[in-house]
Amino acid sequence: MMELINRLLGRQPSPGSKDVARERLRLVLVQDRASIAPSLWGALKEDLLAVIRRYLEVDEDAVDVQLEREGEAMALVANIPVRRFRRAAGDNPE
Amino acid sequence: MGEVIVITSGKGGVGKTTTSANLGAALAAQGRSVVLVDADIGLRNLDVVMGLENRIVYDLVDVVEGYARVRQALIRDKRFENLCLLPAAQTKDKTAVSPDQMRALCHELREEFDFVLVDSPAGIEQGFRNAIAGAEQALVVATPEVSSVRDADRIIGLLEAERMPPPRLIINRMRASMVRRGDMMDISDIIDILAIELIGVVPEDEAIVVSTNRGEPAALLPSSRAGAAYRDIARRLRGESVPIAASAAQEGSLFGRLRRLLGAR
Repeated sequence: MMELINRLLGRQPSPGSKDVARERLRLVLVQDRASIAPSLWGALKEDLLAVIRRYLEVDEDAVDVQLEREGEAMALVANIPVRRFRRAAGDNPE
Repeated sequence: MGEVIVITSGKGGVGKTTTSANLGAALAAQGRSVVLVDADIGLRNLDVVMGLENRIVYDLVDVVEGYARVRQALIRDKRFENLCLLPAAQTKDKTAVSPDQMRALCHELREEFDFVLVDSPAGIEQGFRNAIAGAEQALVVATPEVSSVRDADRIIGLLEAERMPPPRLIINRMRASMVRRGDMMDISDIIDILAIELIGVVPEDEAIVVSTNRGEPAALLPSSRAGAAYRDIARRLRGESVPIAASAAQEGSLFGRLRRLLGAR
């Protein structure tokens, strides 16, 4: 009833469920798109490693990159075991 | 050489068949020759929506299997002689047709018609693969609900993977009063999420139920708001530039009209 009166008076309606819908969709689509594009995912991992390799020596077989949901946001979480720092950026491994 | 356009959605029940029937009728009323192809094999419905269910002799599967020629299977519409329907088979299933056969069929039909509209089944399996095989453009139908928009996103991804040009979006069953209340995603919410071009917004309209009951597409009823939206989409398909009324989400409700009358904002 209050809502009706508010609307008749042209007041701003209280926030409805559409914002919830939009937020939930946004998050679920990040997951959907990531899971149906494994090739894209592999390419991202490769590119990430290519950059990191310039600064750190890492255990590439143990690299784990995934999307995790943290409350209201999606996070790209990478677990990359480090073997050692290079002396200077771009140094060769040897 | 005509255009082959597939009408698809992923999710069922969002209005693919209604959209196909109405766009076909609207394009025909605007003087174009149109063939509607019901690719939903085993669950045919475009015939009843068009009111042509009593005239079926041969169907799509009869044609691809060589039992009938395309010309024999096409059913001419009661209202327009430049509008035809190629009905789906009701007793077969989706595996009765292959993508190659659909491609050949669409190729043959586009020689004769300005528009070949293919009504896709719901889902992302072989029926969908068949429906898109012969098409060069796609229209994705979605309603303003999370499940429908999510499935539309999946379909858009699959069309992209098939190297189709970016599909255009029809938002169906928009309810202005719910949008105003903040209880339904609006046009810009959906476009933001799906990131594709919008070709039209069709309001929720009881005339659709009534016209489907009668087998008369609402696009032919001057008084139907959904019908008017379909006529506009048909003109956009023909390349005309028809603005999508920003008011598509505003008009219609009693309150909206009352408020405008009173000059309130």
